[in-house]
Amino acid sequence: MSASTTAVPAGDLVRTAFAGYLLGLADDSLILAQRLGEWVTRAPQIEEDIALANIALDLLGQARTLLACAGKVEGLGRDEDDLAFLRDEREFRNVQLVEIPNGDFAVTMARQLIFSGYQYELYRALLTSTDPMLAGLAAKAVKEVAYHRDHAVQWVRRLGDGTDESHTRMQTGLDHTWPYVEELFERAPGVAALPRIAADPASLRPAWDSFIGTVIAEATLTIPQPTWRARGGRAGYHTEYLGHLLPEMQYLHRAHPGASW
Amino acid sequence: MHRGVDAPRTPAVGGSAAAEQAPAKPPDTGAHLQQRFDALIADDERIEPRDWMPTGYRKTLIRQIAQHAHSEIIGMQPEGNWITRAPSLRRKAILIAKVQDEAGHGLYLYSAAETLGVDREDLLDLLHEGKQKYSSIFNYPTLSWADMGAIGWLVDGAAIMNQVPLCRCSYGPYGRAMVRVCKEESFHQRQGFDILHTLSHGTPAQQAMAQDAVDRFWWPSLMMFGPPDERSAHTAQSTAWGIKRLGNDELRQRFVDICVPQARALDITLPDPDLRWNENRGHYDFGAVDWAELTRVIKGDGPCNEQRIQRRRSAHEEGAWVREAADAYARKHHNSSAAEALA
Amino acid sequence: MTIPPGTTTATARRGWPLWEVFVRARRGLSHQHLGSLHAPDAAMALRNARDVYTRRGEGVSIWVVPSAAISASSPDEKDSFFEPAMDKAYRHPSFYDVPDGVSHL
Ligand SMILES: [Fe+2]
Ligand SMILES: [Fe+2]
Repeated sequence: MSASTTAVPAGDLVRTAFAGYLLGLADDSLILAQRLGEWVTRAPQIEEDIALANIALDLLGQARTLLACAGKVEGLGRDEDDLAFLRDEREFRNVQLVEIPNGDFAVTMARQLIFSGYQYELYRALLTSTDPMLAGLAAKAVKEVAYHRDHAVQWVRRLGDGTDESHTRMQTGLDHTWPYVEELFERAPGVAALPRIAADPASLRPAWDSFIGTVIAEATLTIPQPTWRARGGRAGYHTEYLGHLLPEMQYLHRAHPGASW
Repeated sequence: MHRGVDAPRTPAVGGSAAAEQAPAKPPDTGAHLQQRFDALIADDERIEPRDWMPTGYRKTLIRQIAQHAHSEIIGMQPEGNWITRAPSLRRKAILIAKVQDEAGHGLYLYSAAETLGVDREDLLDLLHEGKQKYSSIFNYPTLSWADMGAIGWLVDGAAIMNQVPLCRCSYGPYGRAMVRVCKEESFHQRQGFDILHTLSHGTPAQQAMAQDAVDRFWWPSLMMFGPPDERSAHTAQSTAWGIKRLGNDELRQRFVDICVPQARALDITLPDPDLRWNENRGHYDFGAVDWAELTRVIKGDGPCNEQRIQRRRSAHEEGAWVREAADAYARKHHNSSAAEALA
Repeated sequence: MTIPPGTTTATARRGWPLWEVFVRARRGLSHQHLGSLHAPDAAMALRNARDVYTRRGEGVSIWVVPSAAISASSPDEKDSFFEPAMDKAYRHPSFYDVPDGVSHL
């Protein structure tokens, strides 16, 4: 699918809103791919190294398509690498959930459950986007994400309903990640300007809630009631963690300005 | 002890010790079995897991396949070291896919080893305890992005050179695993060459980076073929058994002959002043390999030996609770697992 | 006539049990044995098999079978088990000479 098939909406405001929306989706996938890449060679079983690498590869693929497209819509001549490697922390538009450190395997699986559950509803909604690029991407991504979600479900069930230790760790993992849930379903700035193109995050919540509720109950776990919530990722307000992730990801590209790789 | 379809009937024990306890056949049929085995080898037929085989043959295979599997798994680390720092998203994707392939290779090979009556878990213990080796090349650090290129071009290149003859190994499951591995390896070598080619045609800093990586990886790559045949303890018997098809020195020479013109295409100098075409031999002559260095690194005194094993151990130990949880869940949900598998 | 290949019980093993993986490369072909892997149960074995054995789209369908559940013929019985089939050359197409000029047979 090529970015040139994007039906760029008329008007500068809408164009800016659309580029921002695409960046948000792209950055979510990119930053989570980066985090999952950290797992490779550290997974609990070699089979799991392969599974996590697969998910990272899918997310990276989504990010590349979305970044290329965001660059086109933005119209400043920035390609996928310019956007990935040359933006600073405050310019990233991802939700904070994807940037928090991996923690143990339970924290990572909690994050995978929350996020792939969200992405599944998101891409299903985008199947009917009036933007051909987004609809096309969604058709491919929804299959990938269905697999990511299934992978997370399998593990959350096993850790929740496994041993005492794994149950405790899994519940702790959920408790640790739940403050980052609200942000996923918050209406991002600009989405209102993109009717029928973007998906309203709030509209994804009921299906996500019922899916998550079932999995958590099956896994003999409880839905956490956090006392605080993350906010601001889509507007460029991040955790301190992102400021460590980005230099690692970007340093080599930035150390050789203009070089090709 | 849990064994595969192909595992032998005799009770096997962990690790390479399994071989020692392998088939204790009644003495009256022993000679007959040995004859049948010898005839299969002589006819260039494959030995399959449930066939009778000499203890030494089984033992040699277990050692070799396990070392090979360990090399694939440990080999993920030097390249995994650059996944988070790859300089473009395209290169990042390629590198993840490549490291993932190496994990797959390790699994194909452990699977082949398990047909000989050993358990992967036991082989991993032997690796973690330093009782089984892996290729010494992975004890060198990856210090720059260009090392991803040098590893793909030279290390995967040398591995392919070693592995292609193994596709015809007399032991069926090993040969079949090698066929799958070799199919995937050619992508590895090409992407490495492509990285170096891009760098050596890039900025002066990139060119220097590429040259430096090849300077560091060239000699250790030549060591990957093992010591000279006359010094190698295992070569003769392995050749007779059809496990090893070509000698260390012959493979090394082929590798050098192939690399020289490729290095020219890369505009990279191979770090060997003695490297020159020998008209009489029809091969490139090359300088003396520092075998003392190989011995030293194999014995544990390489820059990364400690670090590589430590990473493997900690991944394994920190993952123990996850594996136990999955086991506990499987026991609890034994009856529903078939239905769930399809869900 | 058959013997169980895994003669020990699951309680004696360490780590996850072993599964044999069979993959149908494409429609019209039968499942083929590709190798084995470890997984705690069938659901995870199927998922691991997808990642380990079909990373390049090598399959459209996967079977996983507990290795311990497979019975195999004994090599020592090879002669009586397989040789009766060896002399029925007429079952193989190459038994028949095809006249020149005849194709698609
Ligand atoms: Fe490999
Ligand atoms: Fe490789």
